Amino acid sequence: MEAINRIDSTIVPVLNDNIDTDQIIPARFLKQTSRDGFGENLFRDWRFDDLGNQRDDFSLNQDRYKGRVLLAGDNFGCGSSREHAAWALYDYGFRAVISTSFADIFKNNALNNGLLPIEISEELHQKLKQSVLADPNTTVEINLEEQVVTCIEITEKFEINSFKKSCLIKGQDEFGFLVELRNEIESFEDER
Amino acid sequence: MGRTLFDKIWDRHLIKSLDRSADVLYIDKHFIHEVTSPQAFSQLNDNGLKVFRPESTIATVDHNIPTLNQHLPIKEALSRKQVNTLIENCNEHNINLYGIGHPNQGIVHVIGPELGITQPGMTIVCGDSHTSTHGAFGNIAFGIGTSQVAQVLATQALIISRPKTMRIAINGVLKKGVSAKDLILYVIARLGTGGCTGHFVEYAGSAVESMSMEERMTVCNMSIEMGARGGIVAADQKTFEYLKGREFVPKGDDWKKKCHEWSMLKSDQNANFDKELLLDAGEISPMITYGTSPDTGIAIDQVIPEKTERNEKSLTYMGFEGGEPMVNKNIDYVFIGSCTNSRIEDLRAAARIIKGRKKSNSVEVWIVPGSQKVLKQAHQEGLIEVFAQAGIRMREPGCSACLAMNEDKIPKGSLCISTSNRNFEGRQGEGARTILASPLSAAAAAITGKVSDPRQFIN
Ligand code: SF4
Repeated sequence: MEAINRIDSTIVPVLNDNIDTDQIIPARFLKQTSRDGFGENLFRDWRFDDLGNQRDDFSLNQDRYKGRVLLAGDNFGCGSSREHAAWALYDYGFRAVISTSFADIFKNNALNNGLLPIEISEELHQKLKQSVLADPNTTVEINLEEQVVTCIEITEKFEINSFKKSCLIKGQDEFGFLVELRNEIESFEDER
Repeated sequence: MGRTLFDKIWDRHLIKSLDRSADVLYIDKHFIHEVTSPQAFSQLNDNGLKVFRPESTIATVDHNIPTLNQHLPIKEALSRKQVNTLIENCNEHNINLYGIGHPNQGIVHVIGPELGITQPGMTIVCGDSHTSTHGAFGNIAFGIGTSQVAQVLATQALIISRPKTMRIAINGVLKKGVSAKDLILYVIARLGTGGCTGHFVEYAGSAVESMSMEERMTVCNMSIEMGARGGIVAADQKTFEYLKGREFVPKGDDWKKKCHEWSMLKSDQNANFDKELLLDAGEISPMITYGTSPDTGIAIDQVIPEKTERNEKSLTYMGFEGGEPMVNKNIDYVFIGSCTNSRIEDLRAAARIIKGRKKSNSVEVWIVPGSQKVLKQAHQEGLIEVFAQAGIRMREPGCSACLAMNEDKIPKGSLCISTSNRNFEGRQGEGARTILASPLSAAAAAITGKVSDPRQFIN
């Protein structure tokens, strides 16, 4: 996993509340046996119509919105546990999603793949949303080490699981860490 | 301070805490299926690792497989490849696989309990959000992502943050024609899809105690629809009776010892929950959803709420207007199945309404049993015959139109009343519109071709 510390980017808004993982990546695109290429079908049915034409009213298709940060509505990533949702967002080029809250499994999947789920206050979310809609050049800066997000001249602290944070900064994944613990796990089994 | 049932089980499985935010938790049982496991096996293979405890992982195929003519090769190339990849991975890593046609095959959350693999006091995971279903047996069961599937395969453990706890106590008696599905749809409508985020929910109270194990599974199953990390019901006599004699439970003296141990697993009287909710089962009516989120349930005889900024997108997608009744809306498809409602009691409930009646000509009805065992039992009880006489053919076990990864897709624009758990846009097929309901309500719609109050068919 790539180490992350700072993200400085313009923002793409997809502002609905409760965006579920079926919207992020519909089930019919889960048939791949590798982790690659899911970005192509990110938000598939919101991006394209039945004939495969781009829907102009969707922000990902609008030239004015570009960037590595997605601004989403409340309870982002609810529904299915499919990690493909995090893979699709990452593969498309996103490195962070900003919302007022995330579904637990999605949050965990995102963190395990170097995609930052950043929770901000409702107040800041409102302001940021208005700013992005009025001015697509609005930028946001995320500083993981300091756990702060800065935008529209406001700086806010965000919460992040401290263990995940240290993994992300070092670019280390949990998998390797756990495998190192196999002996301890074995002793735990013996003592039960 | 007393401890919750959840805390007791968690602490018994805690290998160590890395810091305040991360525990290393031992996992007793791990279920896998064809869709969320291939990338996890690749990760092991890339690292030159073998599965650490192959006997603790159980595999089946369910998400992607056809539900007609399962004896024939899978037509769709990518689905076939996923199933074959699972077979290869299980062979290579010595994992027990219940493949297509195996008498133990079925939806992963149906077969775990049915085989007695799911037991009280355990930690259970699966790369599937509805793993919460298993919690009905007094264990900690939750869904995980594929990276975590790899962790469990490689180490039988997970790095995970400890959730908060919540208790939902439901007392009183469910009214006639009101089922466990209605109860959980009611709870979800009360709490919203993010209402339990970060929490593990214990269901308690007399209404839950008087439920059968299958009903408790239906309730725990949909915990995720309100954002909960999982759901749990303390094991009791009913749990033991359900499990007794099943293939993977201990036998003889070991069984008695286990039951004794399990009967101790309860939240203490003075246990402290981070959140509590108290509900009266008597308030609940048959429920039905009108929108594209599982928290849009209303009593079947109510009207759809007025349009607001929040529900506008949902109503537009469904083609419904605020203020209109749900009852009498024409239905195109009826789907009775999924890990929420595809067990024998669900089929019996449907048969209770369908028996002696004919399916409406205007609807297509798919009844998909949760497992081979359910299918066999339905056959023995004559339910297949009851459905056949109504003009409905029972299909073979799998997830089917719950997520429409196989051929069982609801066509664009069609309206489907479904006993599954999600009514998201396109969940049952591109452009498909889904109404969530109980098996009784779905069966009533199969007869009338319209959204119908099931109570009119029950005396
Ligand atoms: S039946 Fe539906 S919800 Fe259940 S495991 Fe299968 S796809 Fe998931």
